[in-house]
Amino acid sequence: MAAKKSQQFDPVKTLSEIEEKFEMFQVLNEEGEIVNKEADPKLSDEDLQELMRRMVYTRILDQRSISLNRQGRLGFYAPTAGQEASQIASHFALKKEDFILPGYRDVPQLIWHGWPLEQAFLFSRGHFMGNQMPEGLNVLPPQIIIGAQFIQATGVALGMQKRKKEAVAITYTGEGGSSQGDFYEGINFAGSFRAPAIFIVQNNQYAISTPREVQTAAKTIAQKAVAAGIPGIFVDGMDPLAVYAVTRDARERAIKGDGPTLIETFCYRYGPHTMAGDDPTRYRTSDIDSEWEKKDPLVRFRKYLEGKDLWSEEKETEVMDQAKEEIKAAIKKADGAPKQKVTDLLGIMYEEMPFNIKEQMDIYKAKESK
Amino acid sequence: MAQMTMIQAITDALKTELKNDENVLVFGEDVGNNGGVFRATEGLQKEFGEDRVFDTPLAESGIGGLAIGLALQGYRPVPEIQFFGFVFEVMDSISGQMARMRYRSGGSQHAPVTIRSPFGGGVHTPEMHADSLEGLMAASPGLKVVIPSNPYDAKGLLISAIRDNDPVIFLEHMKLYRSFRQEVPEEEYTIPLGKADIKREGKDLTIIAYGAMVQESLKAAEELEKEDYSVEVIDLRTVQPLDIETIIASVEKTGRAMVVQEAQKQAGIAASVVAEITDRAILSLDAPVLRVTAPDTVFAFSQAEEVWLPNAKDIVETAKKVLTF
Repeated sequence: MAAKKSQQFDPVKTLSEIEEKFEMFQVLNEEGEIVNKEADPKLSDEDLQELMRRMVYTRILDQRSISLNRQGRLGFYAPTAGQEASQIASHFALKKEDFILPGYRDVPQLIWHGWPLEQAFLFSRGHFMGNQMPEGLNVLPPQIIIGAQFIQATGVALGMQKRKKEAVAITYTGEGGSSQGDFYEGINFAGSFRAPAIFIVQNNQYAISTPREVQTAAKTIAQKAVAAGIPGIFVDGMDPLAVYAVTRDARERAIKGDGPTLIETFCYRYGPHTMAGDDPTRYRTSDIDSEWEKKDPLVRFRKYLEGKDLWSEEKETEVMDQAKEEIKAAIKKADGAPKQKVTDLLGIMYEEMPFNIKEQMDIYKAKESK
Repeated sequence: MAQMTMIQAITDALKTELKNDENVLVFGEDVGNNGGVFRATEGLQKEFGEDRVFDTPLAESGIGGLAIGLALQGYRPVPEIQFFGFVFEVMDSISGQMARMRYRSGGSQHAPVTIRSPFGGGVHTPEMHADSLEGLMAASPGLKVVIPSNPYDAKGLLISAIRDNDPVIFLEHMKLYRSFRQEVPEEEYTIPLGKADIKREGKDLTIIAYGAMVQESLKAAEELEKEDYSVEVIDLRTVQPLDIETIIASVEKTGRAMVVQEAQKQAGIAASVVAEITDRAILSLDAPVLRVTAPDTVFAFSQAEEVWLPNAKDIVETAKKVLTF
């Protein structure tokens, strides 16, 4: 490359030029109007209704999970309300053969991929039967270590590429997760191998209590893709059509052999970080909450569908009732699971038990038979 | 049979398994065209192609995560961590992720990953290259930790490690790479993981060692023989899980035992072995079970490593204490 000597390189100007290019991509505004006709993914009426159904169902699941947790009937739970467009609409662009590597808030995507509800409840209760994924369900259980799933997603994607599968690996973290080294190693490895991966950062503005601006000087998380030499997109994470469109496009590129994409969904969680004592009033004001409530993905999508005569109060009530029924049945099923034993855990540490585990197995068998 | 160094035996084992199983993948920093910084993967990319033997970007955590993801797609990854001192960068992938794959998935998934990595003192490396960190690995339930002491074992153990369905940390002592040759069969063979090897039989004292300390212990045993002491030397070969049966049978026979490790004294493998012996055979003991180890500093800068590293002389000295207690 011939260096231009006449003109001095201006790194500050270059950065701001790059950052300006990462404008928020939106299809459906807060009023439920299509503002970007060319980008409208043009889902069929049935698909639009199904996407709405899943989002409503997921909101009910979130509400029920929170109250079950308060009653002591669920364990670890990370609320999802507000993130339905980010979670459900991105998942809606996937196929069964795609492999999901979720963070701990990404239980809904696993459920819509085929994780039985009662198993999600068992996972929440810390029962290993929750994590025994049914044959053919391409997912890992929710990851606890922030960002660890990003490097694993690259491995899954590289494996798919080597196996010549028509599938992608998709992984999720939050904007806090994008500060981890594993985030960068994951997107960088995937770019280097042109692996069919989709990296989604759900920027819900707070990593527990730490605000977005503390995480990075970067104007967007999406622009971090530039450093890895992969496409990145900054999308309205409260807009289901926009999230669907960018995920579908990322999937198409990946399948074609054009490598990974980083997607930042700009969104908000209405609830606390988890149900283990987080109090959002310590770090968010009610003004901020109500700002984001105006952007609610369910509200705008309902308006849009009602305008097309595809949705009604009756339909919504029907979905809510169905969700409540199914959740009730699933909790009942989860209640029927055998009590978790230490011997169960000892038995799955290795393919064959080494001497120390064998000895401890005997000790705990005796303890558990008392 | 061919005369091979340990590094050649390792290359031979990798070649054997790359041939045997198309799911075996070898990757890491500089392992492709360059054949690894020690040439452990010499010629493998040429023979098996870039799809199966490949370079990665320079990031150990990424390498560990890549291995986990590939395992989830049915591969049998054999990544190399260029020097085991760099393991701190990949601790989560090893101890937090692959070691827990069965546990986390309720036994429905597993991670048949073999991580190869050079370590060990006496070759004047910079800092963070030579440390003996096997104790750190052995403290993670779900892992197996293997350390060969010679070329023949290296080949048989590495083949077993690759075929094992649990994650194995396979640590290669740098000083042993080219220090001596041994007859190594060209055909495939395995040595079971978790089985120690009695290198030398004796009736007065059991020395339990592994890695480079096996050679030092054998030298010490010869010295002691000149003074009419009959010393048994056990090479652990796998430090997690331990071969308790072999250790205890030997201690019950000799009544005196000591453990030799290159690692620091604090925590670690030797401490575990001593505890297992006192748990199970205290009434057979005629003397305390002593340890020969490095001092409790991090690995010494190379100017001091000759003194820092335990050697045959140290072993003889401690052996006499145990023998004359």
